[in-house]
Amino acid sequence: MTRTSTLSTSASPGTRRRLPLSPKFTDALLGAAGLVAVMAVLELSTIAGLLPEKTFPRVSSDLRQLAELAGGAELWTSVGHTLQGWAISFGLAVLIAVVLGMAIGSSTVLHAATTAVIEFLRPIPSVALIPLVVLVLGTGLQSKIFLATFAAAWPVLIATIYGMKDVEPVALETARSFRARPHDRLLSVVLPSAVPYIATGLRVASTTALILCVTAELVIGAPGLGQSITVAQAGGQYQLMYALIIATGLLGVLLNLVFVAIEKRLLRWHPSQRAQEVVQ
Amino acid sequence: MNRRTVLLGIQIAAPVLVLLGWGLWSAGSANIFYPPLTKILSVFRETWLFDRVGSDVVPSLVNMFSGFALSILIGVPLGVLIGLVRKLRTALAPVIEFVRAIPPPALIPFGIVVLGVGTSMKVFIILMVALFPVLMHTIDGVRGVEPGLLDSARAYRVSRRDQLLHVVLPAAAPQIFAGVRVALSLSLILMVISEMVASTRGIGYFILEAQRTFAIPEMWSGMVLLGILGYLFNLAFAAIERRALRWHHGARKGAS
Repeated sequence: MTRTSTLSTSASPGTRRRLPLSPKFTDALLGAAGLVAVMAVLELSTIAGLLPEKTFPRVSSDLRQLAELAGGAELWTSVGHTLQGWAISFGLAVLIAVVLGMAIGSSTVLHAATTAVIEFLRPIPSVALIPLVVLVLGTGLQSKIFLATFAAAWPVLIATIYGMKDVEPVALETARSFRARPHDRLLSVVLPSAVPYIATGLRVASTTALILCVTAELVIGAPGLGQSITVAQAGGQYQLMYALIIATGLLGVLLNLVFVAIEKRLLRWHPSQRAQEVVQ
Repeated sequence: MNRRTVLLGIQIAAPVLVLLGWGLWSAGSANIFYPPLTKILSVFRETWLFDRVGSDVVPSLVNMFSGFALSILIGVPLGVLIGLVRKLRTALAPVIEFVRAIPPPALIPFGIVVLGVGTSMKVFIILMVALFPVLMHTIDGVRGVEPGLLDSARAYRVSRRDQLLHVVLPAAAPQIFAGVRVALSLSLILMVISEMVASTRGIGYFILEAQRTFAIPEMWSGMVLLGILGYLFNLAFAAIERRALRWHHGARKGAS
């Protein structure tokens, strides 16, 4: 970003006359303007009758409904259900996938034995399992957790195996020639270099777990935001439905932000993060 | 036998063993939830080869590929535009971040309210979901174009159109393909979910209906079909990508 912005400022000397606002501030301002503009367009098209008011209420009234919901307990119960499912399945998925991935990544034989099986199982859409899961585990929290764990484990597993395989050979040879013991090599050479991969896998897994939790709530009716949305839609309470969809989106944004922040902290030493810090 | 052939042997044998294991384990199964594999396979042949292809598989796939194709047609040009214009990118970032963060299935009720339960709702949902990976990867790809390349194109007074076609798009292509790949698997998933929530035909509907009527082998056969479809799409896409980006892989191999 720096590159483009320095280029553009040097290309247009007229900008120098303006007061020196920090680029971060102007970016935030532009972003806010974009958000307001999109909402204004939606609001105006409802008012002007371009969008049917009945199925497409004004954005402002959706937001008012959301604010009202935020004052009551109902919304937070739904959010709690969804978050609970997300947290359990994300934790399970990470635990299972990192352990398996490290085992597979550190053994050539195991890697050869599992490659084809993983390649076949991974593209299977996890939602295909929904009917079976409903039969075996019912329509409650257990089903939700099973589906979300199953789906969220893949990105972490693949990332861990990739990361373990992508260790700088020179670093590994160096450790070997210093006679570092195998578990020292694993902990201080292989694992640190696999961490950036795993971190990316975690971010994808978090999103996937949330998506599958909401799917489970929506399709099989486990309690949570997804179920509340369907109930609102079936009952014709469209404002409520939109407010809940916005709430779900905000939850997604929040989880994303948390993960980006954690990744940044954990990987401060890694070049990808250093580069980003300079850019910002 | 050397080490490589042994490893290759293991690679081929492992999936076969897994299938055999499943077959043996389920052979005398009396548990109604886990019917014998042979039963599943014979039902699979009766149901999907090719009895229900016209009534369920084709409509499902038409929806899926319509949404998927639209996501590329809209996502790539939009992504190039947003990637090239910094102001636009900054202004739209919060909006994109927000819409992208909505778990896609949450949009299905919205789709039903606005478009009803027909085909257009399903295509719309698939489009909405597949669009974002394509859009995000295209933006990233366009932003990541080596500035030296653009500068030299400019220095040679290459026209803007040619810059776009011969510098920006090829340089962003590997990223765009990565996005399209994600979009493809998401399309399949949303095709199934949209049929499970609101439909009267399609593969997703068939599986859910089979489960509700306790036609367990039929349900399993549908799950197997989805697995095979997912695997085949993945394989086909990898082949297309390898062909389209041959120059890229070649260049990378030469460099390393």
